[in-house]
Amino acid sequence: MTSIIRFQNVTKRFGALTVLDNFNFDVRQGEKVTLIGPSGSGKSTVLRILMTLEPFQEGQLELAGIGYHESHGRGDFKASDRHLHKIRSNVGMVFQSFNLFPHMTVLRNIVEAPVAVLKMKREEAESRAVELLRMVGLLDKKDQYPSQLSGGQQQRVAIARALAMRPRVLLFDEPTSALDPQLVGEVLGVIRNLAQEHDLTMLLVTHEMRFAREVSDRVCFFDKGRIVEQGEPDRFFTNPEQPRTREFLSSVLNG
Amino acid sequence: MMYGYEWDTSSALAFALSILPILGIGLLVTLQAAAVGYAIALVLGLVLALLRRSRYKAISWTVACFTEFVRDTPLLVQLFFLYYVLPDFGIVLPAFMTGALALGLQYSAYTSEVYRGGINAIQRGQWEAATALNLTRLQTYRDIVVPQMIPRIVPALGNYLVSMLKETPVLSVVTVLDMLALANMIGERTFDYLVPLSMVGLIFLPMVLICSALIHLVERALPKSGIPLR
Amino acid sequence: MTWTQYLAPLMKGAQITVMISLTSIAFGTVLAFLAGIARTSSNPIISGIAFVYVLLFRGTPLLVQLFWFYYALPLIGVSFDPITTGIMVLSLLTGAFGAEVVRGALMAVPQAQHEAARALNFSKFHTLWHISMPQAIIEMMPAFGNLAVQNLKDTALVSLISIADLTFQAQSLRNITLDSATIYTMTLAGYFIIALGLMLIIRFIEAKLRRGAAFPRSAHS
Repeated sequence: MTSIIRFQNVTKRFGALTVLDNFNFDVRQGEKVTLIGPSGSGKSTVLRILMTLEPFQEGQLELAGIGYHESHGRGDFKASDRHLHKIRSNVGMVFQSFNLFPHMTVLRNIVEAPVAVLKMKREEAESRAVELLRMVGLLDKKDQYPSQLSGGQQQRVAIARALAMRPRVLLFDEPTSALDPQLVGEVLGVIRNLAQEHDLTMLLVTHEMRFAREVSDRVCFFDKGRIVEQGEPDRFFTNPEQPRTREFLSSVLNG
Repeated sequence: MMYGYEWDTSSALAFALSILPILGIGLLVTLQAAAVGYAIALVLGLVLALLRRSRYKAISWTVACFTEFVRDTPLLVQLFFLYYVLPDFGIVLPAFMTGALALGLQYSAYTSEVYRGGINAIQRGQWEAATALNLTRLQTYRDIVVPQMIPRIVPALGNYLVSMLKETPVLSVVTVLDMLALANMIGERTFDYLVPLSMVGLIFLPMVLICSALIHLVERALPKSGIPLR
Repeated sequence: MTWTQYLAPLMKGAQITVMISLTSIAFGTVLAFLAGIARTSSNPIISGIAFVYVLLFRGTPLLVQLFWFYYALPLIGVSFDPITTGIMVLSLLTGAFGAEVVRGALMAVPQAQHEAARALNFSKFHTLWHISMPQAIIEMMPAFGNLAVQNLKDTALVSLISIADLTFQAQSLRNITLDSATIYTMTLAGYFIIALGLMLIIRFIEAKLRRGAAFPRSAHS
């Protein structure tokens, strides 16, 4: 059994605050893992470290066999731009606030990176983008600008944009938290379909417990920078072992 | 006025130090010009801003054109205009006053826009609430509008003070003996412009930086919600 | 002499004024982008040089800069003709003020946009030119418009280093005729007309940019 993601004793601090403390975490290729927990528990930080948006101070991290740090300087692990580029070629991210580029059409948002980064031919990138837009059900919006779309539509475009880079690992950072309740369903629908993909490894931070139970192979409960409990979703939700997990679940399920 | 001053031109540093006292006299003139000019700009700008809000179209339109015209034409030419044209109409002012007036006039066009922006930024509801409470026009301005305007306009007004300070050397053109005029005279006498002109620049730089820093401090100290006048 | 006879020399001066203004705005804009981008660089030497340049030119009076380049610099063996000196100093000044505009607009691009660019593996260069700059440039236009008019007004000072611009011609005419009121009124009107022309050009460029990037102003999501 090979791990595509491997955290070994990773410690991450923001100033005096320790966000991840000697963190260990492995994800298998193709596995769908949901990270849940109270805000500030470190679950989003795990994704942001994987996406190279945050440095970490101690420990080892590998993704698809590539280590994150090349050298160690001023307390943070350092890597050259070229090395970071190599790491990122295997991973993509869907943000809570979509982060589409406002000055580009929907199509251009999706095509830009494959052309500029993967050096794909524009026609090829566009035909793939059209496929992806059809998949997320937004082909008719391809020439519109992000501001002309609803939040749910923007997030579906953002998912297509991330997929266009053919990542082996896709990170979802609270993808429905910024949406009006009636728009949550359409985005979850797209993610649910993606979860059928065998090879794609997915890490999902979410507050949608029912959805987490439905799509994931494993649920991890975070608290104070560590995983308190993890397991197969049916067992996890029906019979949590740790009192802290029970407390959290009852607060979100009944609250 | 250069008589009685001796300069040590043996080395650049000695020269620079020996002209410091006389540049200091010029600095005083520079600061006075900026102070008088700024006072004129603050008052005249307020008058212009209030006239601009006049309910008579003829007045508000004329004032709008006047401020736009003053804003878009050079200080130097305005200065020449005042310096040469006012005496033709029997108004003879000392060069210093003409200079300060020119500075004040040019910057009143800027400050009036700041005041106007400040007044316009007051939410409609504040005016309506004042009306609902049956406040007079004076009370509305004094107790509601101006206190809320102050934190909004102080930073912009402060920046114009710094800009004006940097424009005072223009007054040297009409015989005002400010720092630059004196530096030029020293340059003519000694055939060394490098040291006196560099000194003027080096004196301005910290002045500008300190002024900007002070404005920043004041800006941060002001409560965003406004300052009651009473 | 009547006012119609003033027209020809004033027009000649106005041409010089327009030439100096447009040239120094063009060079100044280039400098503004170079220094503004350099200010945001993570390399301390590059951002340091840009910082000192901006500090020196924003922190000292234009007239002192002009005299320094015209009278003082030749004393250490570097001299240019008056027109070159005038254009150079005005370009440097406009560039220094413009650099702060460029920097401010670049910094105002939301951090989330940079994160999205990083997640898509864009290079720093691609992120700057294709993500940050297109969003920032439209925000810069009003400030650049003000700088252009300020530049035009500042050109009047080059008359003091013997360049025969509009102000210089006005001074010469007044010295001959002593008809101050007419001459300076015409001169002020001349500057005002040029300023209006300049503002029209800026509006045109802004409209063009906005059409080229037809996204609404507050579209940061």
